[in-house]
Amino acid sequence: MAVTVSPERDTVATPTQRALKEAFYAGAISLGLFVLFIGLKTGQNMRNELVVTTRWGLLAAVVIATAVGRFLYIAYGQPFMANQKITNVATGLLPASVASRFFQLPWFIAAVVAMVLLFALNNSLAGWVGAEPAGYLQFLRALAVIYVLACVIYYFRAFIHANFTKLGITALVLYPILVVAVLSLNAWSIAGGLQGSLKWVDNFGIQILIYVMLAWGLNIVVGLAGLLDLGYVAFYALGAYAYALLATHFGLSFWILLPAAGAMAALWGVLLGFPVLRLRGDYLAIVTLAFGEIIRLVLINWRDVTNGSAGISGIPKVSFFGLMSFNVSDPNYIAKVLGIAQSGAYYKIFLYYLILALCLLTAFVTIRLRRLPVGRAWEALREDEIACRSLGINTTTTKLTAFATGAMFGGFAGSFFAARQGFVSPESFVFLESAIILAIVVLGGMGSLVGIAVAAMVMIGGTEALRELDFLKQIFGPDFTPELYRMLLFGMAMVIVMLWKPRGFVGSREPTAFLKERRAVSGSFTKEGHG
Amino acid sequence: MAGTTLLDIKGVQTYYGNIRALNGVDVTVKEGEIVALIGANGAGKSTLMMTIFGAPRARTGTITFAGTDITQLPTHEIARMRIAQSPEGRRIFPRMTVMENLQMGASLDNLKHYDEDVEKVFTLFPRLKERIAQRGGTLSGGEQQMLSIGRALMARPKLLLLDEPSLGLAPLIVKQIFDAIRELNRTQGLTVFLVEQNAFGALKLATRGYVMVNGNVTMSGTGKELLANPEVRAAYLEGGHH
Repeated sequence: MAVTVSPERDTVATPTQRALKEAFYAGAISLGLFVLFIGLKTGQNMRNELVVTTRWGLLAAVVIATAVGRFLYIAYGQPFMANQKITNVATGLLPASVASRFFQLPWFIAAVVAMVLLFALNNSLAGWVGAEPAGYLQFLRALAVIYVLACVIYYFRAFIHANFTKLGITALVLYPILVVAVLSLNAWSIAGGLQGSLKWVDNFGIQILIYVMLAWGLNIVVGLAGLLDLGYVAFYALGAYAYALLATHFGLSFWILLPAAGAMAALWGVLLGFPVLRLRGDYLAIVTLAFGEIIRLVLINWRDVTNGSAGISGIPKVSFFGLMSFNVSDPNYIAKVLGIAQSGAYYKIFLYYLILALCLLTAFVTIRLRRLPVGRAWEALREDEIACRSLGINTTTTKLTAFATGAMFGGFAGSFFAARQGFVSPESFVFLESAIILAIVVLGGMGSLVGIAVAAMVMIGGTEALRELDFLKQIFGPDFTPELYRMLLFGMAMVIVMLWKPRGFVGSREPTAFLKERRAVSGSFTKEGHG
Repeated sequence: MAGTTLLDIKGVQTYYGNIRALNGVDVTVKEGEIVALIGANGAGKSTLMMTIFGAPRARTGTITFAGTDITQLPTHEIARMRIAQSPEGRRIFPRMTVMENLQMGASLDNLKHYDEDVEKVFTLFPRLKERIAQRGGTLSGGEQQMLSIGRALMARPKLLLLDEPSLGLAPLIVKQIFDAIRELNRTQGLTVFLVEQNAFGALKLATRGYVMVNGNVTMSGTGKELLANPEVRAAYLEGGHH
């Protein structure tokens, strides 16, 4: 292609011209990429013959969408973003200006009204307009909720930023209560509220918090000590099976087995630690990956003990510290003791607080350890192993304590998982789980508890939220299952975060050492950490 | 020099795989001395420094520190004998702040003398105090070297090993650092074993010096003697360094 570049070409090309050209190229590239992927489809006919069906319409739609997207980005998106930066320098006010245009009070009020109306009239509207448009209404409602929340966050951003940890912990503590309250109001009965809260407390709350805890546990190994561990799920599995086996065979209570499972996982952490002491980086990653697979394969093949791939079922529930039980048939069933209506939601809410407490314990221990010699040694080890040794730090014990501590929290999370599910099988402990936990740690920002919690919320909450997007079935057809795309979402989120914030959501590191005068500040930090 | 022998290296041979890097080296450092080891690139200076710390370990020969054989001790145990090191390439902790780096240096005593010693380091290197909350990796080369020495001093060492403290630094900064070393030696009687390529500066600073060539110590003497020695001058000084 012979293109002669004349000097005035750059000055002549307006954004629109440039955008048209770029859009043409983008369209051509996507045509080239997708002509075989989308344009042609092979299948079998009645006589089992291979037939090629063409999907030119879909191909055209994809190509046009790409071209239009590129055009809009070059013609409007880029100049807009460039303008933003210019204003920024001139007034010094700018990061606010797009947002303040987007979050305006009238819109906020409109969104609140729409949200309330759609919530209140949900059932009658659905009856009135039919099932299909009701899906769109629910989507609209979700958008209104998101917009209202975003507005609130935007207007109180300074306050939120200053008190993030406290606000976060308060919100987490109040979450089940709020969910039950809102849903009770919506359904106009407490029983209905409790029933409806199951999904929100269990699928969102507990599920996310399990991953927060796992990621915080792994953070000790990867984020603080800098030991890349790809087999963390092994400790999760050990904790889960320790509880499952000891509880089903010996009838021991969760409150005894929780520390036991943690200790067991920690012991295995040390056992794994010994052979890998000399390894770092990629080599360590491979060995830990293998360790994770070994544990999983043992769980599958040691049928006498673990019942193989069929797993262990009928794992007893956690009791309310032995005082009350959550089994309907027991004489001390919580509803009988307290004289309230039966509901499965009590157990879920109790589990939610249990995992929240375990998470806070993890965070508290991590924050405290970072200030102790062992925690400082972990971080120094991540930075420079040779320097550590020449400062008199025993790197062997430092590494082993990191493995053991991380593994212990994995074990806690595992025994909680077993108690929550009532069933464990090796399927829950595949490599993908390790990868997800590691991805959360990396996305959140290695070493940062807040960043990791946010990342877990976005990634796990996001994939759970995909299940809620039923209205998409109306667009892509009834066979479309959004949750199958969760890994796509995961991948996209990772690419985007790594492009924009290569060190993760929270890339900065909180220092732990101060001069004497600043000790007061450091004290308040400690308090903030564990709420 | 009437001081007792602090560090005694006898017939040390060190190998990297099958390649012999040290060829039977004898070096002594007496209490209160500044001893300089000079030599060209690849002579084995840094290897000797690391061999004292047991990484790599001496295959033959003995290293004695204050009467104790430390040849086979693990690296961290050697450091606990109060030998501190500012290693080659400084090796500060880049993501940790200046304060945290200094704290790591004080981990031997579990921060018992921390506040007192930090003040001493800041008196010696006032520049570090200005950079207190800055991350180690964002410091300039000279500041990193100061931090590396400061961190080593936090361990209250009996012997300070310095591996090329002048490497890659501007002459003015090199002078500051050499002055600080001299100051430490004079006021606190700190024993220093220094590896340098900057032979002129190092020999001027040192009480005694050793010259190393291809894994062998070929010459030794007081700093002044070596500076005056025609061979040393020809090999290390007359290339227009100073």
